[in-house]
Amino acid sequence: MNRRSFIAFVWLLFVGTASAIDPEPPLEDPVIESAYRELINEVRCLVCQNQTIADSNAPLAADLRREIRRMMGEGASRAEVIDFLITRYGDFVLYRPPFQPTTWLLWGAPVLLLGIGAIVFARILRVRTKQPLEESNSLDEMTL
Amino acid sequence: MWRYLIPISVFAVLAAFFARGLNLNPRYVPSPLIGKPAPEFELPQLKNPEIVVGTQDLTGNVVLLNVWATWCVGCRQEHGFLVELAEANDLPIYGLNWKDNRPTAMSWLSSLGDPYVASAFDELGEVAIDWGVYGAPETFLLARDGTVLYKHIAPLTREVWTTEFLPRIIAECGALPCLPVGSE
Amino acid sequence: MIPELGQFALILALGLALIQASVPLLGATRERKDWMALARPAATGQFVFVLAAFLVLCHAFLNDDFSVLYVSLNSNTALPTPYKLAAVWGAHEGSLLLWILILSAWTLAVTAGSRSLPEAFAARVLGVLGIVSVGMLLFTILTSNPFERLFPAAMDGNDLNPLLQDPALVIHPPILYAGYVGLAVPFAFAVAALLTGKLSPEWARWTRPWTTAAWMFLTVGIALGSWWAYYELGWGGWWFWDPVENASFMPWLAGTALIHSLAVTERRGIFKSWTLLLAIAAFSLSLLGTFLVRSGILVSVHAFASDPARGLFILLLLSVITGGALILYAARARHLTVEGGFRLVSRESFLLMNNILLVVATAAVLFGTLYPLFLDALGLGKISVGPPYFNTVFLIPMLPLAALVGVGMHSTWVRMSSESLVRRLILPAGVAVGIGVIFPWIIFGRASALTMIGVSVGLWVVAAALLDPVKRILRRGSAPIALTRGQWGMTFAHLGVGIFILGATVTSSYNVETDTSATPGDRWEVDGYELVFRDIRRVDGPNFQATEGEFEVRRDGRLVTILNPQKRIYRVQTSPMTEAAIDVGWGRDLFVALGDPLGDGAWSLRVQVKPLIRFIWLGALIMAFGGLLAITDPRYRTQRKQEKVQPSSELVETA
Repeated sequence: MNRRSFIAFVWLLFVGTASAIDPEPPLEDPVIESAYRELINEVRCLVCQNQTIADSNAPLAADLRREIRRMMGEGASRAEVIDFLITRYGDFVLYRPPFQPTTWLLWGAPVLLLGIGAIVFARILRVRTKQPLEESNSLDEMTL
Repeated sequence: MWRYLIPISVFAVLAAFFARGLNLNPRYVPSPLIGKPAPEFELPQLKNPEIVVGTQDLTGNVVLLNVWATWCVGCRQEHGFLVELAEANDLPIYGLNWKDNRPTAMSWLSSLGDPYVASAFDELGEVAIDWGVYGAPETFLLARDGTVLYKHIAPLTREVWTTEFLPRIIAECGALPCLPVGSE
Repeated sequence: MIPELGQFALILALGLALIQASVPLLGATRERKDWMALARPAATGQFVFVLAAFLVLCHAFLNDDFSVLYVSLNSNTALPTPYKLAAVWGAHEGSLLLWILILSAWTLAVTAGSRSLPEAFAARVLGVLGIVSVGMLLFTILTSNPFERLFPAAMDGNDLNPLLQDPALVIHPPILYAGYVGLAVPFAFAVAALLTGKLSPEWARWTRPWTTAAWMFLTVGIALGSWWAYYELGWGGWWFWDPVENASFMPWLAGTALIHSLAVTERRGIFKSWTLLLAIAAFSLSLLGTFLVRSGILVSVHAFASDPARGLFILLLLSVITGGALILYAARARHLTVEGGFRLVSRESFLLMNNILLVVATAAVLFGTLYPLFLDALGLGKISVGPPYFNTVFLIPMLPLAALVGVGMHSTWVRMSSESLVRRLILPAGVAVGIGVIFPWIIFGRASALTMIGVSVGLWVVAAALLDPVKRILRRGSAPIALTRGQWGMTFAHLGVGIFILGATVTSSYNVETDTSATPGDRWEVDGYELVFRDIRRVDGPNFQATEGEFEVRRDGRLVTILNPQKRIYRVQTSPMTEAAIDVGWGRDLFVALGDPLGDGAWSLRVQVKPLIRFIWLGALIMAFGGLLAITDPRYRTQRKQEKVQPSSELVETA
């Protein structure tokens, strides 16, 4: 088939599908463009729920990217865009869980666990320091 | 001494959560719009683009807003039931035609039946985003003052209608059919 | 008829597994040698029948037997033959059969390798492995039969998911499962020790090679998964903290802690409770992973078709196996502790820190993965926990741990003066930090604090790992002490960690990604590379049609490569698939993916430059190689039992 009908054929094949790649050129202000890129990598695609909207080929993902892009291009802040999304889709739509009473434990967990670990370490060391030491054989010091 | 019981206790708690979790649907995204006023919008109608349909049409009575599209397999499945509902004339059903092709949508309705008072044509999907739509078909139940009472995701069936929609409608209207405000 | 033979083989395997799971354990308690002796033949027989069932399923795939439901759902006549074979484990039922096959293979290995172990102990190990086999065989036969028939047989199959039609499908699951499932062996050793009521340092020496072997497979398996996701899923990511990725990573973390804890138990006889608990935890996390993938409880790209009934079965299995082991632990572990002193600055101390930090990391990943479930189950709403959380949280225990890797390697047992430790390490540490802080600025022109820390830590670990071997090579004159295999293993394993850290830090910090649109004939610049969109054409594959773009890449005028990304439509499943084109290099990967046709011949494109990304998988491979070296250390050669008559009178020395 000639080139034109081939391209038309290809175009028809892909009608109704989207891709994760934005067809528009990057936003003029590189700071906003990078904020946009960072945000879309944190928004969950609700259709293919194990991807960000930056990586998803779903039409809804493309629509959301378009909206976010427009809003940020018009000067909306990251917090405003996040608020826009949560009002419509709930906290589920963000891969970075919000910091609120129901997630204090989640965000606090690593530090808490580290604290517990430190206490455990201190207690074990206290016990072991009081126990008899073994004669260290320097020859196999490097034996693991 | 008690610390040796910690691992099994932690495991028991986890197992309890897992057992509970087997009955939950992790993919289901509940709508934050429930209990809030319906999002404001105004779109051209599907069949008559010169006439607009918007939030003001949805207030004043208890209505259903059904999000549909010709490319949506589930919409095809529920369509027969929607037509039945429309014929029973218990309450008005409005449509939100989501990211569709106008001629295809119109011929779909003429061959399969049109249960909608009017369908709003949301070509770009912007209004759908305002409504938190993520997977057609979705059906919203709106109160007389325009508050979102309930949202159902997946094809609407008689069973869902009876268990989820009817009780809420009766609570709003008292009895079917629902009459608009000011028509006693 | 033949598929029914496969089903029958599974039932026979179950019968033998039931014997293996019960009689030897009773025999060990009652000291009945004849009962204990049944363990090995039962395990061998089970392997034979499981293998037979597996081969029957392979046969069904290779012969396009679409009267078998599983084959019709996952294959197609046009599917290339290697993928027909790999499709055997492409979905739930078949991958479960692979799981069981690998478990029975490990069990077979244990029957061969345990001949020098005390009989009662070996019988218990095999008995515990038998219990796991029984559970998984029951699960398969009752809920997930791969040999279920389809009447009338389909004319042709549904085809294998195009995302899976890739060479990586042939190797990733088997190797990953070899690791995942292999952790059942140290688990069995731990439970056997608890049942026996004794745990000697010898026990640690028996358990170590099995643990390291399973860990090695798991390391490679995870790395393969990451690499596959990178080039297949279209957009260049290599780790997403997806629940199922986490499900394979947590056993790895626990397994790493276990290897190190075993070292202490072998050398000093202490940390027994830690080691036992880690052995139980590692395999339990594997089982948990199996549960998460197959129950539908979490959303994941890997999730097989979910079914709450299946989920419930695995949960019961998990409860019996893990719960049983932990109850045994609660009852008996406290009686196993021994005295053994050490000071703050000592290898034991650093390995204890290692244990704790790895456990913290594992717990943090587990908590984050399960938190959405916790909230949902309590009716507190629905949230998502993804890479922004995990990337931050994971570093909290891991950065300190990485720094400690270098220190722990060089400290002596029992006690060491901090001055001598500092003296040993100050130079490599200084060099690492110096280079780590300066080089990112020199090469890339910018560096965040985290980048500088990451590069410094990575270089530090590399330096610390190479310190001793380099010293010994340089000191060749003055009677150097050769490094043992085990020490070389440690060197390489830690070297791998350092290289991984370097790759992960640099690629995360300096990845360049641009989305543009272009028409054939356009040229533009990305990060110092000049790209020319030369052509777009149609290409036919064995079971797909594709649009292929041709891109010429130049740097400073010289041709670097020609890249041909494709957009494929598979004939049966018809959803479009992006096949990115990657130019691989040690310094960087160049990544071009086709997006959508935009009309008038224009196409949207994603171009990425990913510096040092190969170091991620190279690091993992080097780690695994270190594991391999460690396993082959002669001190793990088992001592032949004195009672047996030897053809030669040589006895192999144990270290």
